[in-house]
Parts: sequence; structure tokens; C-alpha cells
Amino acid sequence: MPRVGEDLRQYLRIEAMPHVWCPGCGHGQVARALATALDRLALPLDQLVLVGGIGCSGRTPFYFNANAMHTTHGRALAFATGLKLTRPELTLITTMGDGDTAAIGGNHFIHACRRNIDLTAIVYNNGIYGMTGGQQAPTTPRGARTVTTPLGSLEPAFDIVQLALAAGATFVARSTTFDFDELPSLIVDAVRHPGFAVVEVLTQCPTYYGRLNALGDAVAMLDYERDLTLPQEAITKEGLAGKRPLGVFRREVAPEYTAQYAELCARQAERS
Amino acid sequence: MKLIQGNEACALGAMQAGCRFFAGYPITPATEIMEWMARLLPPERGVFIQMEDEIAALAAVIGASWGGAKAMTATSGPGFSLMQENLGYAAMTETPCVIVDSQRGGPSTGLPTLPAQGDVMQARWGSHGDRAAIVLTASTVRDVYEVTVAAFNLSETYRLPVVLLLDAMLSHMRENVELPSLPVVSRRPPAGPGFQPFAGTEFQAFGDGAPFVVTGLAHAASGRPRASDGPNLDRMLRRSIARVETADDVIRYRGIGLEDAEHLIIAYGITARSAAGAVQLLRREGVRAGLLELQTLWPFPERLVRVLAEQVEDVVVAELNLGQLVLPVRAAVGGAAPVRHLGRADGMLFSPEEIAAAVRTTEDREVARA
Repeated sequence: MPRVGEDLRQYLRIEAMPHVWCPGCGHGQVARALATALDRLALPLDQLVLVGGIGCSGRTPFYFNANAMHTTHGRALAFATGLKLTRPELTLITTMGDGDTAAIGGNHFIHACRRNIDLTAIVYNNGIYGMTGGQQAPTTPRGARTVTTPLGSLEPAFDIVQLALAAGATFVARSTTFDFDELPSLIVDAVRHPGFAVVEVLTQCPTYYGRLNALGDAVAMLDYERDLTLPQEAITKEGLAGKRPLGVFRREVAPEYTAQYAELCARQAERS
Repeated sequence: MKLIQGNEACALGAMQAGCRFFAGYPITPATEIMEWMARLLPPERGVFIQMEDEIAALAAVIGASWGGAKAMTATSGPGFSLMQENLGYAAMTETPCVIVDSQRGGPSTGLPTLPAQGDVMQARWGSHGDRAAIVLTASTVRDVYEVTVAAFNLSETYRLPVVLLLDAMLSHMRENVELPSLPVVSRRPPAGPGFQPFAGTEFQAFGDGAPFVVTGLAHAASGRPRASDGPNLDRMLRRSIARVETADDVIRYRGIGLEDAEHLIIAYGITARSAAGAVQLLRREGVRAGLLELQTLWPFPERLVRVLAEQVEDVVVAELNLGQLVLPVRAAVGGAAPVRHLGRADGMLFSPEEIAAAVRTTEDREVARA
């Protein structure tokens, strides 16, 4: 649990503030959880690279005192893959939104999961495109209103956890901004995991998703997140009852890509 | 002496230039470059990775470059089209890297196994917005090796993505070549602390000093975004374009018979070989033809073309497309000489005779007019 009054300013690039996020946006909570996680990990910030996609969540790296690479829409993981392979000693965390991850970057996402390269992907899922003004995302629930589905979305939503599990990610977790107390330790575990780690965070967009679907203000949306989800330990025989489970769904150690590549090079060097 | 393919020469040139990262996606006729890099990189502790598509391939190359590695990808038309997004990102972030495009007939899937020179304009103008560009090409297997090294050197000197245009014929052609050791330009580390990533051509990788910011948004010298500061972006783009266009080490070309030429042929890449044959045929007939073979297509060598055009009666531009490099040629020549275009997009090469015939036709016209 984040300590009351803990000083996380050393992790933040204060001169880059104010941030772009709307009042009540959950992304600030995710960023705060990330700062708390970095404090616990005690990583040297010059050996950390935050790689952002495009969208509200992709801006996160600008607000941290670490190295920041703000890339192209959907491609953060592909950039991070090249950088990590060249510099395996660096710690890389990507910050991407749900559209970034599962629509335009869907191909990069599933292949990063499959490769099991040592990166941590924090996926901010607010079920909508925020930066462009509230359009339908691949994670928008069926029936939900967005500015491009004014009569309700006809499409089923992607389940990012299931997608990551099916594609082979070796650490997969889901949390929410309502479960703010647990989020930092999930991020710590994900970063420490020696392989590809996905942390999906359900985060509120009161400006677009909340307004268009009459869900109320940020606080009301946190309650909505609580009611929409179920911690794994609370799942009963009756099952999920339509709710989304929370927690860690997979934590497995499997051959990691950069380690395997280093071994391959060593074998080659021996032979020649 | 070694009998090797154009694509192999490209891979060997990249290794000689210090390339230690390759990411790619299979595509005809460029794939052998990737296959060679998969073999050549691991013993040198370089990184090879096959990505999920060409968008990811160039993204990984840019990521690797900011990790400090000289990095390259190789593709053909359809893949090059997909790379335009991140080519713009590399330009915006002044990232040294090399993109090889072995051209095949287009548009779309087109003529996958047949040569073309249809990506000349895409290589210069393909990504949205304005940017500095260096685009090179080659006409022999030996040249491919040398120009690949030059591509890396220029990308390091000017901190830019450099495009190398090959074609299906040159990629797959085999020639006996010597592969000498060539001078290599290394990345210039910052002189002191307080690295400003976008203040000049010095380069620091992530992890090698104080943290910094890289973004595709318009940004300050520090890398911090200045997304609504148009005048700042305008200034940075002009500086970067001027740096390349006023450079004295970017323009590469070769001339045959230019000293006394009355008829100038301008060609590049595989077509320059046919054009060299045409010059021989014409000279045997007593027609004073000369060839300007361009190895640098962009920045376009305007002054060179203008000066030569002023010395001849007419200019023929031969290329395997329906009219691309002829446009800057016409702009450079102005009224100095008539410019005739000889183009094709049928996946075939020009024979020397076809190019010679085009020159004779222009000569006949001159005779008729006289």
C-alpha cells in the first residue's frame, strides 16, 4: 500500500507538469502506482526506459525522471524489443492504452507475448479512445456508447488478459484504479518477472466514457470498476457472474528471449 | 575475389560498416540480406531478429539504434510502404539507421520477382511531413558493398535514416568482386555532460548517461515535447534539411565520356549498366554520348545536372518507372537542353540498344531541325 505522504518527487519530471490528463482521469493513479513501484524496486533511473505508445497513456514516460521513448501508435513494444535486445541490462516498461495495445498494436502485442522477451507492458484500459475524443475501442463493451457508436457498440470487447494468456505471456495480471493499494506490488512483481509481463489496469475516463454512458464522476466510476470486477479469491462456485476477474493469472518462468539469444551467440563464438 | 550475389554484398557491407543489429520480415527479392545477417551477426555478438511485420522491423531498428547499435533493415516495395510511418519517426528523432529497399514491380504486390525503380519518389517523399533525406543506389555487386558502407557512414554523420535502393536484378545477380576494408564513421559521443539529444549530431545511447527524452512529437533540443510550437519545428526541419543539402560528402556519382559529350544520358542503379552499354554503342558510331550515373538520388544533385546539361545538346533520362527521377532532372535542367524520358514498368530492363535508339532519335530531331 502506498505510504501516506511518501515523497515520490524524485521519480517525477516535475518540470514536465502539468500533465495532459483530464481531472478525474485514472491515468494519474496508474502513474502514481508506477512511481511507488519504482521506489520499491530501487532501480537506477538512468538504467530505466519508459516506452510510450500514442494516446493519453503513452504520455506517461514524459512525467518520469527516467529515459523516455515516446514512439508511434501501437508500436511501443516493437521499439522496446529492439532496444532490449541491444541493451538487455536496461529495464524497460511500456505504457500503452487499450486501443494502442489491442487495435493498431495488436500484432506487436501478441508477438511480444509469444517471444517472452523481458519487458513489462502496462496496459491502461479505459474502454475508449480518450485523446481523440471518445471513439469506440476494441475494449469497448458491447452496447456501450461512444462518439462513433452513438447508439451503442455492436462489437464484443477484447479481453486483454485472455489475449495475453493465449499468446503466451508468462506473467499476466489485471487490476483496477479502484484497487489502487495493490497496483504497485503487481507492477513490482511484473518488472521483477524474468520474461514478458502484462499488467492490465482498468482505469476510468470520466470525460468521455463516463459522460457518454451516464456513469457519473470519477468517484462513481471507481465504484463502477469495483462492481464490474471480482478479485480471484472472491470467485465462488457460481463463477464470475459476468464480472471480470482480478489478480495474477499466470506467473511462469520460461526461456527468456534475450537470455536465449546471448547463449546462442556464445555457442556461435565457441564454434568459430 | 569472391563470386557473390548483390544481397550478400549488401550484408557484407553492413557488417564491414559496423552494423550490429538487424530486424526484418521476409520479402522477395530482399530476403537473402536478412538470411545473411542471421548468419553473420551472432558470431560478432550482434543481434538478429525476425519481426512480425515491416512496421515492427523498422521500429526495432530505431529502438536498437537508441541502444547504441548501428542498425539496419531490408525490404522490398510492399514492406517499404509499411515502413513509411517509422521512417518519419526516425527522421523526426534524428535516428541513424539504414533501410534497404530492393525494388520490384509495383504498385501493390505487383511483380514480386522482377526489377523496377518505382520507389524513387517514395524514398524521398513517402512519409508525411517534410524531412531531410539521403537516398543512395548502386549498379554493380561491388558498388552494393561500397554504397552500403557509405549508407551507414552518412547515417552516422548526419544522424538520419538513409535509404539504399537496390532492385530485384541487382539483388540476385552474381559478380566476382573484391571486398576491401573501407573507412567507417563511428558514432560521436557527447563531449561533456548534459547531453542534449537534438542539439547537433552527437549521440548518446539510453543507459550511457543522464536520462533523456525521445519523441516523434515536435520537441526542443532536450528532447522534451513542444507539440504546439510550430516555429521551433520549422526551424529544426530547415536545419536538418540544409545540413544534408549543403554537404560536400553526400553526392556520389560516376561519369563515362562526360568530357566531350554532346548527348547526356542520366541513369542510376541497374539501368546505368544498360546506359553504359549504350554509350559504347553510340561512340562506336561516332555519336558523342556520355553517361551520368547517379549513386545519390536524394538530395538531388541539381547543380551537377545543370552544369552538365549546359554542355550538351540533349538529355535522356532512362529509368525503370513511368517518370520519377526525370522530374527533378527537368527542374534542374530548366531550359538548358531538351530532356527526354525513357521509362518502363513491365519488369524488364532496357537493353543498351534501346537507350542508344532513344539518343539517336533525339539526335535525328536535332539534324532535322538543322
